[in-house]
Formats: sequence, structure tokens, C-alpha cells
Amino acid sequence: MSRSRLGARLTPYLLVLPGWLWLVVFFVVPTFVMLSVSTQTGDIVSGFQQTFHWRTYVDGWNQYHTQFIRSIVYGLITTLLCLVIAYPVAYWIAFRGGAHKSSLLFLILLPFFVSFVIRTQSWNFILSDNGMLLSALKNWGLVSQDFHILATAPAVIGGLTYNFLPFMVLPIYVGLERLDPALLEAAADLYGSKTATFRKVVLPLSMPGVFAGVLLTFVPAAADYVNAAILGGARTTMIGNVIQTEYFTNLDYPKASALSFILMAALLLGVFAYARVLGTEDVLDVAAR
Amino acid sequence: MDVVKTPQQAAVTVEPPPGEPVPAIELVKIAKTFSSRRGIVTAVDAIDLVIGEGEFFSLLGPSGCGKTTTLRMIGGFEEPTEGQILLYGDDVVGVPPNHRDVNMVFQSYALFPHMSVFENVAFGLRRKAVSKAETKARVGDMLDLVQLDGKSDRRPRELSGGQQQRVALARALVNRPRALLLDEPLAALDLKLRQAMQLELKRIQREVGITFVFVTHDQNEALTMSDRLVVMNAGRIEQLGSPREVYEHPRTRFVAGFIGTSNLITGRVRAMDGSTALLEAAADECLVVPEAASAGAGVGRDLDVTVRPEKIVISEDRPGSGRCAIRGRVAEVVYLGTSTQYAVATAGGTELSVFVQNASDADDIAGRGADVWLSWRPDHSLALVTTQPAPAESRSDLSGGNQ
Ligand SMILES: Nc1ncnc2c1ncn2[C@@H]1O[C@H](COP(=O)(O)OP(=O)(O)O)[C@@H](O)[C@H]1O
Ligand SMILES: [Mg+2]
Repeated sequence: MSRSRLGARLTPYLLVLPGWLWLVVFFVVPTFVMLSVSTQTGDIVSGFQQTFHWRTYVDGWNQYHTQFIRSIVYGLITTLLCLVIAYPVAYWIAFRGGAHKSSLLFLILLPFFVSFVIRTQSWNFILSDNGMLLSALKNWGLVSQDFHILATAPAVIGGLTYNFLPFMVLPIYVGLERLDPALLEAAADLYGSKTATFRKVVLPLSMPGVFAGVLLTFVPAAADYVNAAILGGARTTMIGNVIQTEYFTNLDYPKASALSFILMAALLLGVFAYARVLGTEDVLDVAAR
Repeated sequence: MDVVKTPQQAAVTVEPPPGEPVPAIELVKIAKTFSSRRGIVTAVDAIDLVIGEGEFFSLLGPSGCGKTTTLRMIGGFEEPTEGQILLYGDDVVGVPPNHRDVNMVFQSYALFPHMSVFENVAFGLRRKAVSKAETKARVGDMLDLVQLDGKSDRRPRELSGGQQQRVALARALVNRPRALLLDEPLAALDLKLRQAMQLELKRIQREVGITFVFVTHDQNEALTMSDRLVVMNAGRIEQLGSPREVYEHPRTRFVAGFIGTSNLITGRVRAMDGSTALLEAAADECLVVPEAASAGAGVGRDLDVTVRPEKIVISEDRPGSGRCAIRGRVAEVVYLGTSTQYAVATAGGTELSVFVQNASDADDIAGRGADVWLSWRPDHSLALVTTQPAPAESRSDLSGGNQ
């Protein structure tokens, strides 16, 4: 009797156990290992010793703050561009898609069945100085011979925008899709013009989707290194590329770990601030409906 | 009320009878067909309707008969395939909802979840650029009227179903529309609350004096609340009248069946005496149906007759002459508190229901299996028009058109 009662009380915990285990094994443990590594000193040949050398953080920031700031700026611009492109697309599919909604969504996702790196590499082919786009434009004399797109900020930001667009489209679409059509009719019934209906009803009620889309886009975009590596140059290096180089090329594990921590802290702070400013309660209230 | 008409208006306006005001809403042969994958569905089939100013008017009918579609056409959410919709004499077909001077209470209420009660109610006034002070005053008055004062800062989801319903009502009424359209507004409420809201709605309608067009599938609701109502079936109007007329004198078999418990007797007409029909029956039985000629009765033809269960008297002995009387056997007795319901099988093979009030001096009249006489005053025999249209299912499968 009491055994089965105990069992009943334990069941919920047992059910979330795999989730917790996952989190501990793949997030908590690596985080602590990384934290520990970040304060060690030494080198790959003679080995690393724990010396609680926090100075690495200060050095890392001093050395690479340009790349940090650039990553944040690229991430923000990418998020903004994604939002501007994704909202109308999601709106159109949700309200005008009719019976083809699923097919249209599938079309949006279709390029993303190809590997991230291959996809980005093919943009490299298209945009390279002798690639199909620029050579054609140069032949026609539309741009000067030394004009180039690769290795510029627009190329990297363009790549990021392209690659993270679905992360913005999908949550906004979901938000718009489940909007009760009767609300739009009610707004029209109450003398709301199309614009007023959009501003007062559709937009506010789609904010939870926008909120989720911004998070899903900004965080991976700011931390990305593939786009900068393939489409960028020396002056568009992002912090992700720095960490990669420190880790795999310079084998400076402590510095790579410290930089990762700074990035993580910056992103978490940004996300919390964003949530506070946008009045999560309202946003989440509507989302919880 | 004198109405000055421009020639242009006169062109689209059906001339009202002299001396009578222009009706609030007039539907002229409106029809609506939807094309869906299953073919063309005729939701509304050439309806004519005139609704007076200040009337509480109901559209009553079973699910799928076209009530919502009719209402949505008046509101501007659907455009009729054919016909005219006149609002105080103006043809509004093609005018979008935000430019129509009617407001709707949606079945799901459709309250804006991200706005407070106040903001919900103020929505229409803000769109019409009513001043801040006036908006505040009018919303306040309206919330008083629906007894929601003090709740203006709540969000819709913090309110009960009944309160949400009042917000929906206030949100529409605050705009002082020329007509209020209500699509089964009480359907989501439980029985007690629904009955309370029925009275409440009537009170509010009397207070504001606005024309209400009320859609319901619940005949009790329609009978309780309406000044007049139409009974709809398969996109058409079966009968128009006051609740009393429709209940006491159902015109068709469908109406008799839909409103109240109906007893249907079908018999062959043996003779006609003026407009009164005499139905074939056993020698000592008597089935007289007055005013049957207008229902299309003729000698040798079948006639449908209905008698309301509460008009029938059960007795052991044959009642005196001058009453309709038929024999039957009690098949079921159901005690209902204030009354007892008997199901009596007649010799003709039909089963009639009879309600007997449980008065203090009444004994049990008859038990199950007893042979009894059923009798009623001849003027309670109602001849029914046999309607030609087939049921909705078969109609919608046809390739459209009204044949
Ligand atoms: N948008 C639509 N598309 C296709 N058929 C519809 C549409 N709206 C209503 N109908 C059909 O029209 C008929 C009447 O519907 P409706 O007016 O909603 O009936 P009610 O409100 O009386 O239940 C039904 O057969 C319904 O299936
Ligand atoms: Mg309906």
C-alpha cells in the first residue's frame, strides 16, 4: 500500500530523470570541465595545471573584444533582417496559404535538408570573385573589376540571415496560425480597418512567436563561425572563429574555454535583459493561452 | 416616421407599406452557396425577411440549416450569392463589416485576449475616434448595464464564461449599432446560467431598444426571448410568427416536429365540410380537422395533423361527442414531477404523447397496458402543410441550383 503510494509519488520524478541525466551529462559536466580548464595554465606538451589563473579572461577580452562586439552586432543585424523577411512570409503562409500551408512551409525548409556547411559553401561559389554572379556582372561592366562580395560584412551577415531564416519563420508562423480568425472578424466588426486590425490585434498576439524567433535566431547567429569562415575574411572574423582557432590551431585550451564562457555569459545576460524589457509576463501569458 | 428618399435609394428599396417605418433589416431573396470539395452547398436558399426596428427577432433551426450564414451575411462577413440586404433601406451588399452599422456577438465571444475588459469594450469607439472622455463614460455606462463594473481591468481569461459573454455584449452594444447580431451567444453556458442570461438579455434589449437578431437552435430559448421568430430548415424559412403562433399553430410538419414534442397523425381525408376535413377512422372514433383546406387537404388525399401533448385528455370511457376521440393503449408512463407523460399507441400504429398535470385531486389515470380514449377539442387538431423540399443532406449533394 505505502510502497505503491511512494511509487506514485516518485513517478513524475522518474519520468523527468532521463531529461535531467541528459542535462547533467551533456551540459553541467562539460560546463564545469570547461570552467576548470579555463583557469589552468601550461601547454599541450608539458600539460595543464590548475592554477586558478583568472587573468586569462581579462587577457582574452583585451585581445579579442573587437570580435566579440562584431559577433554581437552581426547577430543583431541578422536577427533584424530575419525578422523583416520572415514576418511577411509567415503572415502570408498563415493567412493566404489556404490548403497549401504545409507545402509552402516545406518549401521554406527544403534548402535546409542540405548540410549547413555545403549550403554555405555553395554561396561561396556563387559569390566568389570569379564566380557566376560577379563574373557575369563584370563582363557586362555593371560593377568594377576589383569589386568583390566575399570577405565583406554583408556577405557574412547575408549568409547568417539565409541560414537562420527558418528559425524565425517557424515560430512566427505558429503564432499567427493559431490566431482565432474570429478575432480578426471581431476587429473588423468593431470598425477596425485592415491596418488597425493588424496593429491592434494581429501584431500583439504574434509577439510570443516573434520573441521565440528572435531568441532562436540571435543566439546561434552570434555564436556562429561557419559563415564567417566560408564567406568572410580577416576583417569579418567572429568570436566563434577565434575560439575555434585557439582550440584547434593554437591548442590553447584555457583561452578557448575562457572566451566561450565570456560569450555564454554575454548571451545569457542579453537574453535575460531582453526578456525583462519585453515584459515576459504579457508575452508568455498570451503564449500560454 | 417619415423617410425622405433619394431617387437612387428608391431604386434599390422595396417600398414599405404606407405609414409604416422603414424596417431595420430587410433581406430580399438572399441566397448563399459555398463551393467545397464535396460540391456546391446551398447554405441559404432565397430567403425573404423583414425585421422591424427594436424587435427581438430569432432565427431558429437545427444545426446546419443556414442560421449562421444568414447572420454573417447581415454582418458583412459573407457576401450573398444573390439578393439584397437592406439596412434601414440602404443596400449594404458589398460594404465591408467595418463600414456596416451593425455589430456582432460571436459564438466564441472572440474577446481580444491581450486587452483588458475596458480596452475590449472601448475598441470600437477608439476606431471611430470617439473622444477619450466620451469613450470612458460610455464604456463605464455599458459595463454598468451588463453588471461588470469593477471588472474593467481584468483580462478576459480571468472572467467566468457568463462574464465573458457580458463583455462581448457590452463590446458590441457600446457602439450603439442599428442592429445587434447574436450567434448562439448562450450556447456555451450551463443551463442555470443560460436561463439567467436569457432574462438578462431581454432586459438589456428593452433598455437599449436596439434591434436584436438572435440565432439559436434551442426552441425554448427562441420561444422565451423573441418578439418574433423564423423557423429555418435546409436554408429556407419554414414559418414566421410570434412564439405563440409558431408554437400553437405550426404550419408544417417540420415546425411541429422541431418545436415542442409533436404528435403526428397521418390520415386519409374522408370528407370535407367547408374547410374542415374529416379523416377516416373506426366507426366510433372521430377525427375532425378545421381549417384544413388552406393546408391543401382534399378528399381521398393524406393529411398530416398534429396535436400538442398538453391538449389531449386521457379517459377510460369514450368522451362525449363534439370532441376528437381515438382509441389507444398506454405504452409507457413517465412521472415528470409537475406532470406525467403518457405514450399511447393508437390503432393506426402511431404513438402519441400526452402530458397530464399532476393536480392535487388527480389519481393515476391509467397504468401501462390499459386501453384508453384520447380526446381533444377539434380546434386543437392542426393541419400541416406537406413541404416539398427534400432534407438538407440530399439537397447539398445535388450539383447546386434551387430546383
Ligand atoms: N465557409 C463554408 N464553406 C462551405 N460550406 C459552408 C461554409 N459555411 C457554412 N457552410 C455550410 O452551409 C450550411 C449552413 O451552415 P450554417 O449557416 O453554419 O448553419 P447553422 O448556423 O444553422 O448551423 C451547412 O451545410 C454548412 O456546412
Ligand atoms: Mg451556426
